[in-house]
Amino acid sequence: MIAEIGLAALWLAAGLCALQFIAGVLGVREAGADGAVHPVSALARPAAVVQGLLLLVAFACLLRVFAVTDLSVSLVADNSHVDKPFIYRLAAAWGNHEGSMLLWVTILGLAGGLVALFERRMDDRFMKAVLAAQAFIALGFLAFLLFSSNPFARLNPPADFGAGLNPLLQDIGLAFHPPTLYLGYVGLSVAFSFVVAGLVTRQAGPELARVMRPWVLAAWVALTLGIAAGSYWAYYELGWGGWWFWDPVENASLMPWLAATALLHSVSVLAARDALRTWTIMLGVVAFSMSMVGTFLVRSGILTSVHAFAVDPERGAFILGLLAIYVGGGFGLFALRAGALAEGKRFALVSREGALVFNNVMLSGILAVVLLGTLYPLAAEALGTRVSIGPPYYNPVSAIFAVPMLLVLLVGPLLRWKRDSLSRIAVPLAIVGALLAASVTVLLLFTDAGVLPILGLAIAVALALASWLPLRGRKLKRVPLALWGSMLAHFGVAVSLAGMASETAFSIERLVAVEAGESVAVGPYQVTLQEVDPVAGPNWTALEGRLAITGGGVDTVLRPQARYFTDPPQSTSESALLTRWDGQFYAILGDAAGEGRWQLRLWWKPFVTLIWYGALLIALGGLLSIFGHLRASARSRRIREEVARRRAEKALL
Amino acid sequence: MNTQKTGLAPKHQRLILVVVALLVLVAAGMLAAWGLRSQADYFYLPEDIAKNPPEPGRAIRLGGMVQQGSIRTLSDGVTIAFRVTGREGNAIPVTYRGIVPDLFVEGSGVIANGRLGTNGTFEAETLLAKHDENYTPRELEGLSDQAMHEVLEESAAGTP
Repeated sequence: MIAEIGLAALWLAAGLCALQFIAGVLGVREAGADGAVHPVSALARPAAVVQGLLLLVAFACLLRVFAVTDLSVSLVADNSHVDKPFIYRLAAAWGNHEGSMLLWVTILGLAGGLVALFERRMDDRFMKAVLAAQAFIALGFLAFLLFSSNPFARLNPPADFGAGLNPLLQDIGLAFHPPTLYLGYVGLSVAFSFVVAGLVTRQAGPELARVMRPWVLAAWVALTLGIAAGSYWAYYELGWGGWWFWDPVENASLMPWLAATALLHSVSVLAARDALRTWTIMLGVVAFSMSMVGTFLVRSGILTSVHAFAVDPERGAFILGLLAIYVGGGFGLFALRAGALAEGKRFALVSREGALVFNNVMLSGILAVVLLGTLYPLAAEALGTRVSIGPPYYNPVSAIFAVPMLLVLLVGPLLRWKRDSLSRIAVPLAIVGALLAASVTVLLLFTDAGVLPILGLAIAVALALASWLPLRGRKLKRVPLALWGSMLAHFGVAVSLAGMASETAFSIERLVAVEAGESVAVGPYQVTLQEVDPVAGPNWTALEGRLAITGGGVDTVLRPQARYFTDPPQSTSESALLTRWDGQFYAILGDAAGEGRWQLRLWWKPFVTLIWYGALLIALGGLLSIFGHLRASARSRRIREEVARRRAEKALL
Repeated sequence: MNTQKTGLAPKHQRLILVVVALLVLVAAGMLAAWGLRSQADYFYLPEDIAKNPPEPGRAIRLGGMVQQGSIRTLSDGVTIAFRVTGREGNAIPVTYRGIVPDLFVEGSGVIANGRLGTNGTFEAETLLAKHDENYTPRELEGLSDQAMHEVLEESAAGTP
């Protein structure tokens, strides 16, 4: 019954979505003629709100069938199991193709409802265009769900137990990773709808930038968190000790992030200075295209990895069709209308705008490098050669663009809008330059790190200071919240960069086979294997090693495991981590190595945790900016209303 | 209209911006193309290596089936040696220092990233095995366990 309610809610949502689209289009067309608005167009906002609620109902139904493990629903039978712990039964609802697409659409519907309810800053015709564009996107994905990925399909007869969930995915990281990424993708789709409305109604000024900005920032914050969560999940769950593999699935989330980063910077130029109009519009289209490409890569099964649940060519073709319609439509509309947009304001090369344009162009360069690297193996395979692309390509080639961008980031925020000179900021420039040079010298003299880690560490040190320099000459109490946000985010980049460079340069790895009682030295620690025992969990059994860690002010026991799951049959390595303020100790238990010995793989990774702390700071900075901008816009609206009221009073007198 | 005393008309500035962005993108594309050609790891089956061996030291990916009875652990306890077979029964000796993946077993598919040594032994840096029942590395499609067993049995029958 629950499953049928869910399916009915989905169909109703699809109907409302079609209504919203028609109402939106009528609203855009009629208002142009004589000012009279078609009556149907008034339904666009309510349709969006109710549609969001219906999708929420559908998703709640899906959670319900997973929570009670209703094995007559084929999705539950394929992906869950009666013996699973409750939280993983819930997480299994979106740990599969159909469920995650329903989550995607639900978030999209809720975002559309929020826009319809709360966005009152733009005129009615513009909002109709936004809602029509939102409905057009949602309609495609609803069709995809209903016609080729129905999450509520019944199984007759019902299954007895359920097939279970890939144990790699039975992890708390999974509960948060996909929803945050989808939040990011969906936020970019809202930004895209605003851009489309801007093109249709020929409004591409600062107002457009101001209504877009919270969505772009929210999408970017969510993508940042999603990528960081995915990276940490891969780090401790796969047991390879690495935090970024340039896997196509990782790239699928990185590319929208790169585009969103460029977009949020150009949006702030448009909002503050009314410059970069066409460029911002184009980035809005690119950013959404990247989230479509990401969805396609992950959801179509074109890449085979733990993420590719769908190995079904029909679905791949469907998503490719949607991709072609949205990306092609977006760029087509851009090509038709971009020429008609009014010119933005000018600026000098040395100015805040100039630095931000540099940032945008370099980010686009990195985006191109990652996109080509991700698609190249697919293209090569279509031509009959099988290749894979890894860090030896991505690291140096993307660094060619990332390093200059980070160097400009050191000084860019200090520049004034419109026109500035380097001599005005000579003092901070000299301080940051000296810090950079000193760091490089020290690292060259006292370490044998590679070129990129040295550059990374030195830039991180300089940026950690430079990110706070915009405070110079300001009264602390009068610094706007959004500026705190941007400084904090830039500081987060420094922190994260320091973690990456330090892990790359200074990690110590030991691979040994030891008997019980034997010790090895790893970095500052002495590690002793005490014993290896069998243990059991709710739906797994494991061999558990007991490692005594001493030295460096530590005396503790770590318990890495090799786990064996029964439903489905599979084994995983559970790493054991010891987190210290200055890094992480990472232990993996391997196989029996004969003669009573056990394999151990041990790492000391100095400051590796900074990578994820930095990401958290970046996300926090984004949140501060959202609140800062929303508060400022609410205040200016209050003032405008107050002025209008006084004027009206005066007119009455 | 504001006549331009100081610098460029907006239209020209936009043009310059577009040209610069295009130049950087073209540069990125060319760098990428160069990087992709020089850094791509080509995929080899054992028979490809036998027919047309890659130069020693170049990073490649080797895929195939782990030959029955070939896995042994060397005396240091952390280096394993095994042989990988393809469709035609050529067997390439492989050494790997590390902890093998969970589903790395004889008669099952494996992909090894690494380099061919001068002595003809493939030195693997990473090993990928089948993740679970639903997942086979895409390079090993068409090399089903069933087909591999048949190939192996034939080749075993053929050799005395």
